[in-house]
Amino acid sequence: MSDLHVNFLGKTLAGPVVAASGTFGFGEEYAAIEDLRLLGGISGKGLTLNGQPGNRGERLHETPSGLMNSIGLQNPGVDHFIQHELPVMKSLGTSAWANLGGHSVEEYCEGAERLSATDVDFIELNISCPNVKQGGLAYGVHCADASAVVSAVHAHCTKPLIVKLSPQAESIPDMCKAVEAAGADAISLCNTFQACAIDLEKRRPVFDNIFAGLSGPAVRPIALRMVWQAVGAVNIPVVGLGGILTGADALEFIMAGATLVQVGTANFMDPGACVRITQEIGLWMDTHGVRTLDEIRGCARV
Amino acid sequence: MSATSCNVRVLRQSAPAPDIRRLTVALPKEGPMPKAGQFYMLRAWAADESPVLSRPISVHDADAQEGTLTFLYQIKGEGTQKLARLAWGQSLTLTGPCGNGFDVAGAAAAGRVAVVGGGIGTAPLLLLCKELAAAGCKPDLMVGFRDQPYGMEAFQPYCGSIGIATDSGAAGHHGLVTDLLDPKQYDLVLTCGPTVMMRGVAKLCAAAGTPCKASLENKMACGLGACLGCTCHTKVGPKTVCKDGPVFDAGEVFEL
Repeated sequence: MSDLHVNFLGKTLAGPVVAASGTFGFGEEYAAIEDLRLLGGISGKGLTLNGQPGNRGERLHETPSGLMNSIGLQNPGVDHFIQHELPVMKSLGTSAWANLGGHSVEEYCEGAERLSATDVDFIELNISCPNVKQGGLAYGVHCADASAVVSAVHAHCTKPLIVKLSPQAESIPDMCKAVEAAGADAISLCNTFQACAIDLEKRRPVFDNIFAGLSGPAVRPIALRMVWQAVGAVNIPVVGLGGILTGADALEFIMAGATLVQVGTANFMDPGACVRITQEIGLWMDTHGVRTLDEIRGCARV
Repeated sequence: MSATSCNVRVLRQSAPAPDIRRLTVALPKEGPMPKAGQFYMLRAWAADESPVLSRPISVHDADAQEGTLTFLYQIKGEGTQKLARLAWGQSLTLTGPCGNGFDVAGAAAAGRVAVVGGGIGTAPLLLLCKELAAAGCKPDLMVGFRDQPYGMEAFQPYCGSIGIATDSGAAGHHGLVTDLLDPKQYDLVLTCGPTVMMRGVAKLCAAAGTPCKASLENKMACGLGACLGCTCHTKVGPKTVCKDGPVFDAGEVFEL
């Protein structure tokens, strides 16, 4: 019988699958749908210090095997999260990840400091949101910008710090090395791919911001390539995500060296996706005589 | 009132109009009984098949004794085309019931109720009228259609009066459904239909001082309040149509 536990940054997680930020609320909505105790964790909706209403206009657009979104970091703010959502999240029987975005280095630091004073398990620093004009992706393209924000946050953060990277980074290996050197405890990648769609009848872009973030199976092979590069570039754990829909997809990321995987858009294609993927991984391990994920993690790298 | 996800069997599907389908499935054994104004996310295709997202469809009727759940929907794109191909015995995935639904007890207590619908926006109104009638408050129903009305016979037992308006003049009043509504006659107006129609209803109600609740729709990814893809910017801040709604105070969501 396979053992799906994963040791990650000093904690033992029940499984390798973490619900990805922005697709799972703060977890409560899925509690009656699947057994959340089987998950490695839940990364909550991306927070900003003071909260924000998000973008106007269209927010969703389907593409072949993909989904474009332009939510724009709608969130209730760090303090509201700490008071209202975090206690519920902590009651779900899995690890709670606070995903934190920001509009300035100071905002990121203040948010990280307030979250560090709570019982949240991990902080995932979002320097990769493509849907806000300022902040988010502004820090995720150039290594020097990312390095500056991560090292500043590192000084204010007493929680394990995962830095979530953008596929728009100028160089994935260099970016990974930069955030590792700046104090990241782990890296997650990748966030959505900047993309565009045009509404023929309106003869205008579908989204008010023109560009939006593409996710889903359409991006998976590219995300896997980036995870492969990240694993090769750093000595800290890498959390792989991008279009994972099945246990087989997740195993590809793990064989490429990912410590954990995150599942995002698949939650919309199958609301029980996180648990199903976990079970499919276990089934594959059973039929292949693999007892722990450590036996196969990174095995594809020769 | 938490949503669950399960597979159910199709019991029957019919075509009340060329682009309209009435789909009856076995009522899910798990999860709460759906209330008027709630909806389910429907998926009749595999997770890895197109379209990526499930389709939010409001509950047209639900019968606990018969064990049936019925949806009325318009064929608009790939998702509803796939739903329309479902036949007896085939299965589909339902996630729900989703959303707040109408406050039927509150409506029945309000006094005289008008229910105003337009086109496929009449879909959630059957269960609404049924629940209102059961609560001792038969509403007056006013509905607008572009051309031939559909599905009206089912409403008869549950409504005080039924007024029909059509754009084409094919049936009833030749004009807008709002021409049929005098909000001063009512203590509460409940509406679902095209945005322009609901805004018209809301304006009449605001002028008459009659409270009005409107059921909105939007594109949705999760249907559960998790993705914030369906947010509606109301006068009291951003709200999810799927979880905070779809039923809102009309004054909060429309510029009057």
